[in-house]
Amino acid sequence: MSNWFRIASAGSVPLREGRSVTMGEREIAIFNLDGSFAAIDAACPHRGGPLCDGIVTGSSGPSLVCGPLMGHAVVCPLHGWKIDLDSGNVLKPEVSVKVETYEVRVMEGVIEVKIPESKTRGKAA
Amino acid sequence: MRVAGPGKRAVVIGGGLLGLEAARGLQLQGCEVTVIHIVDTLMNNQLDSTAGDFVKRKMEEIGIHVIGGQRTTAILGRDEVEAIEFSDGERLPADVVVIAAGIRPNAELARAAGIECGRGIKVNDFMETSDPCVFAVGECTEHRGEVFGLVAPLFEQGKVLAATITGNKEPKFEGWKPAAKLKVMGVDVFSAGEFLESAGTDVVRYEDQATGVYKKLLVRENRLVGCVLVGDAADSNRYMDWLRTNADLVVRRRNLLFPDAVEDKGESIAELPDSETICGCMGVTKGKVIQAIHENGIRTMSQLKECTRASTGCGSCSGVCEGLLKAVSPDFEEDTRRVLCKCVPYTQDNLREIIQSQKIKSVQEVLDIYGNGKGCEICKPALSYLVDVVWCGDHDEDRSARFINDRVHANIQNDGTFSVVPRMRGGVTTPDELRRIADVAEKYKVPLVKVTGSQRIDLLGIRKADLPKVWADLGMPSGQAYAKGLRMVKTCVGTEFCRFGVQDAMATGIELERRLENLFTPHKTKLGVTGCPRNCAEVTVKDIGLVGQDGSWQVVVGGAAGKHVRKADLLITVETTEEALDAAMLFFQYYRENGHYLERTYDFVERLGMEKIRKDTVYAQAKEKKALLRRLQKSKALSSDAWLERKQPVNPTQFVQIQPMQIPLTASENREVVLQ
Repeated sequence: MSNWFRIASAGSVPLREGRSVTMGEREIAIFNLDGSFAAIDAACPHRGGPLCDGIVTGSSGPSLVCGPLMGHAVVCPLHGWKIDLDSGNVLKPEVSVKVETYEVRVMEGVIEVKIPESKTRGKAA
Repeated sequence: MRVAGPGKRAVVIGGGLLGLEAARGLQLQGCEVTVIHIVDTLMNNQLDSTAGDFVKRKMEEIGIHVIGGQRTTAILGRDEVEAIEFSDGERLPADVVVIAAGIRPNAELARAAGIECGRGIKVNDFMETSDPCVFAVGECTEHRGEVFGLVAPLFEQGKVLAATITGNKEPKFEGWKPAAKLKVMGVDVFSAGEFLESAGTDVVRYEDQATGVYKKLLVRENRLVGCVLVGDAADSNRYMDWLRTNADLVVRRRNLLFPDAVEDKGESIAELPDSETICGCMGVTKGKVIQAIHENGIRTMSQLKECTRASTGCGSCSGVCEGLLKAVSPDFEEDTRRVLCKCVPYTQDNLREIIQSQKIKSVQEVLDIYGNGKGCEICKPALSYLVDVVWCGDHDEDRSARFINDRVHANIQNDGTFSVVPRMRGGVTTPDELRRIADVAEKYKVPLVKVTGSQRIDLLGIRKADLPKVWADLGMPSGQAYAKGLRMVKTCVGTEFCRFGVQDAMATGIELERRLENLFTPHKTKLGVTGCPRNCAEVTVKDIGLVGQDGSWQVVVGGAAGKHVRKADLLITVETTEEALDAAMLFFQYYRENGHYLERTYDFVERLGMEKIRKDTVYAQAKEKKALLRRLQKSKALSSDAWLERKQPVNPTQFVQIQPMQIPLTASENREVVLQ
């Protein structure tokens, strides 16, 4: 089961940047992507670097035509691992590792994130 | 060279090949140069009068005065040169006089030994003199009535002599088709063979006053007997080849001056034999270049230069080398055309122009208009740097395009904490500062306090949220130890306490640091000032170094002691401290404006060459120097201590986590909920 949690006003995450928030035992990084938000686990699967401090980049090929349609990724500030913000897949280097992603929405100017209960419970149990 | 320096008036007597090259050399040392030539035509041993006029105009364009038709009769002065005097009594003030009025063979020894001499020592085609036991080569010789003033025929003579004295009396020196190339950047002049019209000679000529291009070919019986090129000497190798091989030109007769570029460019290079030396300065043959390209997978001119040294001397063969590289390497890459990244496929030089001409003030605008709209971790910091430097700090700063270090003004560590290095100008501190640093270290339980290699103190392991409080408690400005910018100026004690010091290194270093701190550069920039040539501040391995000497300063640039170790090159020697600071600032701003992002000064000086850098900075026109300094001042005026953002954060969450409005209940709380 998952629940939506009210986090903070949309303005607290600057455009094209990320910020972390501690939700129980999870640390989640929320990104403002100009019109939408994304949320993933804040720790880089490589060495635990703070993904909320990374530079937000495009996530697919070089074509200018598909520019606006391109997805987003974040680059870990420690060693440059690149993580797709939509799927959580690691794009660089080529490893089959995934970062957990969360649904995000903005309700009346407040960012809300959907967090599953199971993990909190499972860990504590 | 010692007396030739900025502001000195230099006179070169003799407007021949060597005179003009000497004039340019003196100009690059900063002298105001005048060339005096005895007739009106410059290089009259190689050029006709029209070509001479074209060259004269070119020289005047680059700022060298030329006086033709004047005979110098006297050099005046008491202990030092003061002026020269012409045959008509006119005088011209001068601080330096260089005589480049031709050479005379030094044949005295041979003459005294009874060997037959004319103007020089007479030699036959085997380089034998009249005495069978004596041989001669070089500028002292006279061969078939000719004497030689240039180096090319002497190489030929050397080869013949080597054969003769080793018993292989086969190769002959049969004279030399005189060929000369002026090695003055921006003044292309080439002359080979005959250069004056005569009976029975056809002239093929092209001239364009506006572009300064003059070409003349002399053809006799469908064979080239001479050529003169001014303003565009790109075809010199082909003409030289026609001359040497006595090529039949009947089929090419209609397009001698403008051969079809497509078929010809590769062809003329392809026609050269592998044994042909293409770089005379470094002695590199065509075969060696091709071999190096294949064996080392060379793709760019800079790789070729590094690997073979070809084209690193006078540089006049760079066209041939590049043509060869294009023809041989399957993945030839233009050096300067390397694009920043695929998000914005332009070179950094293009991007600077775009940002300037299109008046673009933010990274996102560049990406939206000229790129894919998104950017990446490579181009975003680079564009951040470019918009900052193009607008001298008057740009729209976008922190999202900056690396985390430049968002929170500290250096991220492997555990996500940060390091804090306060500014300690010139490495000079006080007991009060040290006490505050110690207090901060205790108060925030700083895990590691370390003295850095840059004469400062590093506090490591500080949490992001604590940064503003730490800065406030320190009460010191940011040392920018995280930035691609001015890091510090390392100093020695200098005259203050040291018994060997001859210059005030500390005060000078502190002043230099004050003038440049808080500014960004293409890569980190480390400076040093040392008070005597013992160089205790190790400034010859710094990006910019000032070496104090008794009564002067040496300003050196491009040193490194990191991934690369490189001894800095001398930029200039000046008398006063203020001049030394100025020279350092000129170079600093020049590097800011011309360096590629992430290019350290040691790569920068090698890419541009010290000659060009000197010419564009310390020896530039007063107007250009002022403009460089003005842009530096503008940037400086708009810069500030980054740590003041503790009082006025860029946004409310710049340093802190988001505090959620709702949090999930913990497992135990959950159980309570369920039980209720």
